Amino acid sequence: MKKYGWKELPLGAILKGEWSTENFPTGDWRSERPVWDEEKCTDCFLCWIYCPDSSIIIKDGKVTGINYDYCKGCGICANVCPPKVKAIEMIPD
Amino acid sequence: MVEIRWHGRGGQGAKTAAILFGEVAVSYGKYIQAFPEYGPERRGAPVRAFNRLDDNPILLHSPIDEPDVVVVLDQSLIEPAKVVEGLKEDGILLINTPDQPAEVRKKYKIKGKKISTVDASKISKETIGKELPNTPLLGALVKITRFVEFDRMVKDLKIQFKKKFRGNEKLIKGNINSLERAYKEVVSE
Amino acid sequence: MPLKALTGNESMAEAMRQINPDVVAAYPITPATEVVQIFSSFVADGLVDTEFVAVESEHSAMSACVGAAAAGARVMTSTASQGLALMHEVLYVAAGLRLPIVLCEINRSLSAPINIHCDHSDTMGSRDAGWIQIFSENVQETYDNVIQAMKIAESSRIPALVTTDGFILSHCLERIEVLEDSEVQSFIGEYKPAYSLLDIENPITVGPLDLQDYYFEHKRQEIEAMREAKKSIEKVNKEFGDRFRRRYDFFESYKLNGAEIAIVALGSTAGTAKVAIDSLREEGKKVGLLKLRVFRPFPYEKLCEVLQKFKVVAVLDRSDSMSSTGGPVFTEARSALYDLTTRPRFVNYIYGLGGREITESDIKKVANEALKISKTGKIKELVQYLGVRE
Repeated sequence: MKKYGWKELPLGAILKGEWSTENFPTGDWRSERPVWDEEKCTDCFLCWIYCPDSSIIIKDGKVTGINYDYCKGCGICANVCPPKVKAIEMIPD
Repeated sequence: MVEIRWHGRGGQGAKTAAILFGEVAVSYGKYIQAFPEYGPERRGAPVRAFNRLDDNPILLHSPIDEPDVVVVLDQSLIEPAKVVEGLKEDGILLINTPDQPAEVRKKYKIKGKKISTVDASKISKETIGKELPNTPLLGALVKITRFVEFDRMVKDLKIQFKKKFRGNEKLIKGNINSLERAYKEVVSE
Repeated sequence: MPLKALTGNESMAEAMRQINPDVVAAYPITPATEVVQIFSSFVADGLVDTEFVAVESEHSAMSACVGAAAAGARVMTSTASQGLALMHEVLYVAAGLRLPIVLCEINRSLSAPINIHCDHSDTMGSRDAGWIQIFSENVQETYDNVIQAMKIAESSRIPALVTTDGFILSHCLERIEVLEDSEVQSFIGEYKPAYSLLDIENPITVGPLDLQDYYFEHKRQEIEAMREAKKSIEKVNKEFGDRFRRRYDFFESYKLNGAEIAIVALGSTAGTAKVAIDSLREEGKKVGLLKLRVFRPFPYEKLCEVLQKFKVVAVLDRSDSMSSTGGPVFTEARSALYDLTTRPRFVNYIYGLGGREITESDIKKVANEALKISKTGKIKELVQYLGVRE
């Protein structure tokens, strides 16, 4: 990847466009992956609220899956999923 | 340039008097400074406030050590606050006291200087209803120094008082009366 | 122009009212309390459209300012002394994110021992934080500087700090000429932020991790921006002078023509120095003053140009850098002239710490000593402490 000089960089390290985090997949940082069970999910969205990488995919008001391109496998989603629901489980990646 | 030093006790209005005087002088187009001396703030403790007055911009931002005029809001400060200290040889000492200038001179062994006295406490009690010697002393100060024209000052202060006392007619009138009485009653040697 | 009698604090609050910022987040501290106290009454009375955020510390105040500015708001605050020290780490964030916040700073000493009076230790303590720093000689300059600072900050995208001297100016009533509200508004113009966190159509990342591979480049940009800010300052000074007939520059030269020695001072002391110089000139002594107004960016080239012809330059510092070799103004001014083949001798006087008075005769003493050095070429002591008891 090209190393930019100071004259080319966005001022104040304010990132947008090509610098967007969208262009920097972080899925390969993972050692564990969350597995989501559609049957058990109540669509409470707690996982969506807490996910630090916006990797819970929601469509038409329902959870539809997990974006493994960005999910770092932190396990927060599995942790906040209510104990009575347990719709997300962490397994070795 | 003229330099004034006000001596009072915390709460008597020395700072307010310096500010009022400054505001009036600015409305005349004069250059002024008005600043109090800040230390530990206690009601009743001796405090000092200062004025500079000039027709040209004032550049000095050092304390006033050798004033042309000293105004004393509380007679009991004359000795402990060393009010005469630094006052220029031909300077004016204006004191709030029922005593005559000659009596003050004798009692406190003041040499030189010009002494003026006015019973500002009594005047304020009779006009404003409580002891606030600062406004009447302002009237007396203008009488003896003629820094500004008295009638115009009264007019200007009416506007200031209207704001300060939020339109309280009794207070406005009382303060104006105190100014006028002190202007008439101040005695100089 | 309307004449008013205002204190330094009142003049700053008045300038803030006329600027009508979107957000003010502040915490009170002596001697700056009045600035936000008066301004908050403007908010309560509906005289401004500002969102006033009463926070629980200066650290929070500057943090809220950074957040609001990153959201695209025009932001101001005020503090002094320990307050500025508590803001310290966030000052760097504001500068690093290139947020044009304006801070009304009232110069006051730092603890310990505790003291509420004027010196420049607080402001000098943040001199490397990446903020523009402007000093004021009197209440008029305090007011004018705040208005200019808003425009300088926004056009250079660097935060700016305007200082006035604690109590000596902050609590001193002086005659000043104020501008009309409409004049201030048309001078500063509409603020167009470079970015806004709230613009969800154009998402951005603010404050990313920036390690060995990119941090240096971003700091290099900031350094360059400070250099470029000199142009913004010049432009804004000129426009202010053309419009309102009050001229400002990086520094003011006072009776430097034909002078043999020069005194360098900033803040309210410059006024007292002018009086001392007038009197020395009457005695036939060739003495002049350079009143430094903009300390950051440091006007290195211009200073060099003006000071090089003097035999001796005596620098007055109202703070010490605790380096044991003089105050911050001294070391920087002296360094600016180092590369000249013939350069003035420099001496430093640390004065006025904790509000210790500085008088006309103190400055005359400095001038007379400098004249003596000019004659003999001998400097007894490089750094002296003016008005301190042995």
